Amino acid sequence: MGHTMSEKILARAASQKKVAPGDLINARVDMALGNDITAPVAIKEFQKIGVTDVFDRERIALIPDHFTPNKDIAAAQQSKLVRSFASDMGIKHYYEVGRMGIEHALLPELGLVLPGEVVIGADSHTCTYGALGAFSTGVGSTDLAAVMATGELWFKVPPTIRVHFKGELRPYVGGKDLILYTIGQLGVDGARYCSLEFSGPVVENLSMDDRFSMCNMAIEAGAKTGLIPPDEVTFNYLQGRAVRPFEAVVPDADAEFLEYYSWEVEGLEPQVSLPYSPANAEPVSKTAGEPVDQVVIGSCTNGRMEDLRQAARLLEGRKVHPRVRLIVIPATQEIYRQAMREGLLEIFVEAEGAVSTPTCGPCLGGHMGILGEGESAVATTNRNFVGRMGHTSSKVYLSNPSVAAAAAVAGCITPPEEI
Amino acid sequence: MSVFKGKVWTFGHDIDTDAIIPARYLNTTDEKELANHCMEDADPQFVDKISPGDIIVAGKNFGCGSSREHAPIAIKAAEISCVIAESFARIFYRNAINTGLPILESKEASEALKRGEQVQVDLEKGEIKELSSGRTFQAVPFPPFMQEIIRSGGLINYVKERVK
Repeated sequence: MGHTMSEKILARAASQKKVAPGDLINARVDMALGNDITAPVAIKEFQKIGVTDVFDRERIALIPDHFTPNKDIAAAQQSKLVRSFASDMGIKHYYEVGRMGIEHALLPELGLVLPGEVVIGADSHTCTYGALGAFSTGVGSTDLAAVMATGELWFKVPPTIRVHFKGELRPYVGGKDLILYTIGQLGVDGARYCSLEFSGPVVENLSMDDRFSMCNMAIEAGAKTGLIPPDEVTFNYLQGRAVRPFEAVVPDADAEFLEYYSWEVEGLEPQVSLPYSPANAEPVSKTAGEPVDQVVIGSCTNGRMEDLRQAARLLEGRKVHPRVRLIVIPATQEIYRQAMREGLLEIFVEAEGAVSTPTCGPCLGGHMGILGEGESAVATTNRNFVGRMGHTSSKVYLSNPSVAAAAAVAGCITPPEEI
Repeated sequence: MSVFKGKVWTFGHDIDTDAIIPARYLNTTDEKELANHCMEDADPQFVDKISPGDIIVAGKNFGCGSSREHAPIAIKAAEISCVIAESFARIFYRNAINTGLPILESKEASEALKRGEQVQVDLEKGEIKELSSGRTFQAVPFPPFMQEIIRSGGLINYVKERVK
């Protein structure tokens, strides 16, 4: 019997011939990540271990992105702690405001996470890098501290759920819709402890940006990681970026799955996940007419070039509805520069939207667009839990960038083709 | 490991880490400060109502969402002795073990226990006992690998021994 991608990657990282779901292994970690919220706790724990150096100065990334540019004095203190730790330890991949990006957009862009690697991050959306064929998973700060000291971590080998997409996508439907639909089908704990593997002609035809959106939200179904087998699209993306040689891993043809789903995408509409669960996915036509106060386009899920281009196509030559606040947040400084070169930022500003420097900001109710009592937002972000973007009575509707841009123009949830 | 006794506070399914400790309070790592806002977006008065040693009983997928370790830290610092749930989200499960917050998985206990009941928990045996009626529930005890981490007093002590 063959093996899944997760099993093959983890076996190699644990120097074992093979591993099976349920095995507890100790694996080498190729890259470890922390941010301005999780790294301070990790640094405190690291200092308790009593080592003076990190395991590898080039395999740790510390990215202040959640509350940066610092939203208040307490946040500034946390950033300061991370900055001085990075400097004391000589950590190579520390990126400051003006050079940084949202971690899960920045690390792939810099070629720091690669196919076949094991990546951990003290952030739940670390599963994003599965789009490149890396076994990458979110952990807590103490796990990050242990990895910073030893370069290793224990893992339980997950079983795999394979989701196969076939057919042809309709206009305005992409990776975000496929993942919202998947979470809707599986539920928020449907893939708990599992590796979620995506395959099929639909996935093969997706751009890297769409693939990142998909794998990013695997955690929203409870998954340990979301994986797409690396192919030409992956290798083209990595051309000129990869900082290390890598050995890609693909699943065996006869790999064994815990569950297997094959879904036809022919009639799939853009999806909207209603408050207060990412699993409340509905076709956009069913939620049309729902009024909105704010629209957020950005985040580690949908703040990449393709996302901004999709939003700009709908906003070009139009104005944001007078009742709506549109906030656009390019995910990295490089994406910001590219959007500027392509004239996208001008389109957003001319449409009377606000464009922000990269930050996680509003996605987690940090800053840069907090919702008040009873307010509603359409956001291209990843979570719509109670209080996620602000007041506990506020509501977040999750969507792709086209649906979000359409809502900004119409003032309510609207199918993009009706704009 | 020890035996805990406390009053039950019940919560539903899919309690996410934003409800356990909202992100607006994550600009600090101070445990007492985090404890002051424990479970705030699920029950705003929770912290004022609980007594040291009390027990959280929840449904499935407790601790889903963000990887913030501030969640088990806040619960532990609020002096909750143990969390019993039908199931835990995987990152929260790891974080609870790593930070030394006792947790137990039991569908039966999760469904049967009611708010205000007095419960005794034996973590090592995985035994949960409702004291007034004497009903007992058996949770799945930790696998040996994790028991070793817990015996060392959490992951950091465990790692300390490894890097010696």
